[in-house]
Amino acid sequence: MFKARALIPFFLLLGTTVAVADRRAVLEHYSATAENAPSAERGRMLWNKPGIRGRDCTQCHGNDLRQAGRHRRTRKPIDPMAPSVNPKRFTDLRKVEKWFHRNCKWTWGRECTAQEKADILQWLNTL
Amino acid sequence: MKEIQKTFTPLVIFLTLVMTIGLTLQACAYEDDDDDDEGFSRFLPARMDFRPADDPQYREECGACHLAYPPGMLPARSWQRIMSGLEDHFGENAELDAQTARHITEYLSANAADRSHTGRAPNIARSLGVDAPLRFTETRYFLRKHHEIPPRLVVNNPDVESFSRCEACHTGAERGDYDEHQVRIPGVGRWDD
Ligand code: HEC
Ligand code: HEC
Repeated sequence: MFKARALIPFFLLLGTTVAVADRRAVLEHYSATAENAPSAERGRMLWNKPGIRGRDCTQCHGNDLRQAGRHRRTRKPIDPMAPSVNPKRFTDLRKVEKWFHRNCKWTWGRECTAQEKADILQWLNTL
Repeated sequence: MKEIQKTFTPLVIFLTLVMTIGLTLQACAYEDDDDDDEGFSRFLPARMDFRPADDPQYREECGACHLAYPPGMLPARSWQRIMSGLEDHFGENAELDAQTARHITEYLSANAADRSHTGRAPNIARSLGVDAPLRFTETRYFLRKHHEIPPRLVVNNPDVESFSRCEACHTGAERGDYDEHQVRIPGVGRWDD
């Protein structure tokens, strides 16, 4: 007898494969106009770089990116950033660009360059 | 037996009529009073102080950092002010692309306090006059409902911190239910006044 349940691992694998492909496409959107190849090491340093007025990324995202963060003012939980525990991360270019735009301006007081975004994504994608 | 029934039936009909008219008048009286337990909401099976936010795009974008506030909480002119200042949104950056912003502004305006007939919206609109506040929590209407709550239960309460977090105390906030009997202040419990 054919069992639908047997298909679950197949769909899980398909889902992961699609997510991986989407993440690559999002990263390529930025690296295409960046001068250098994306670097996870630079990305990690950028993530931890202090911003304006004592701001930085960890204030909302926490120190362990495999766990949920919390908006520092509204206290609303923010899903984990690490794709290993939150496979939806960095698969939707519109969403990624919206938050890069807002949070680079808020944290650093300016927009991030394509190079910086590519580096940060490269690093986050390893988590 | 027949006799009793003959005099009793009109009496029952008469009493029922009097009670219905009385209740209706009472409800109307509450409608005009912009304070407690307003309007017919008392007689509806499921209480609704606000029509909950139901536009998917609004819920996704404006529910990202906090409760997707009910549009009936502020008048259209307030929502338009909020939507045209998203770059500095209470100190945060909440910028949106033009197309999404336009859609959300239209949704909020169409269902705003001064356009909606649901729950508290008409009374909120009336109490504001021509003001266009950016915050519901700073309106006289809001302050009057919350003046009995001491700051230590809000600002100094790590589980609340701000009155803007309606859902921290109003357990039915997502459904648009703000009945004072559904209030649980974290670390304090049920609110009995
Ligand atoms: C990046 C996070 C963020 C996003 C996105 C966001 N907000 Fe806010 N919003 C805040 C913060 C922070 C406050 C202030 C909360 C406080 O004072 O406790 C706030 C407060 C508000 C208030 C005032 C609440 C009150 O009465 O005190 C309204 C109204 C509001 N936001 C509407 C919106 C709308 C409409 C959108 C969508 C276009 C939106 N917000 C998107 C962060 C955000
Ligand atoms: C710190 C907890 C707390 C927060 C946060 C809070 N409220 Fe309240 N609210 C209360 C309490 C307690 C009452 C009942 C007050 C009373 O009866 O004296 C109440 C009453 C109300 C009422 C009147 C209810 C009735 O049955 O008469 C409305 C409407 C309301 N709140 C809306 C809001 C909205 C909208 C927000 C968010 C913008 C909010 N509240 C945030 C605690 C809170």
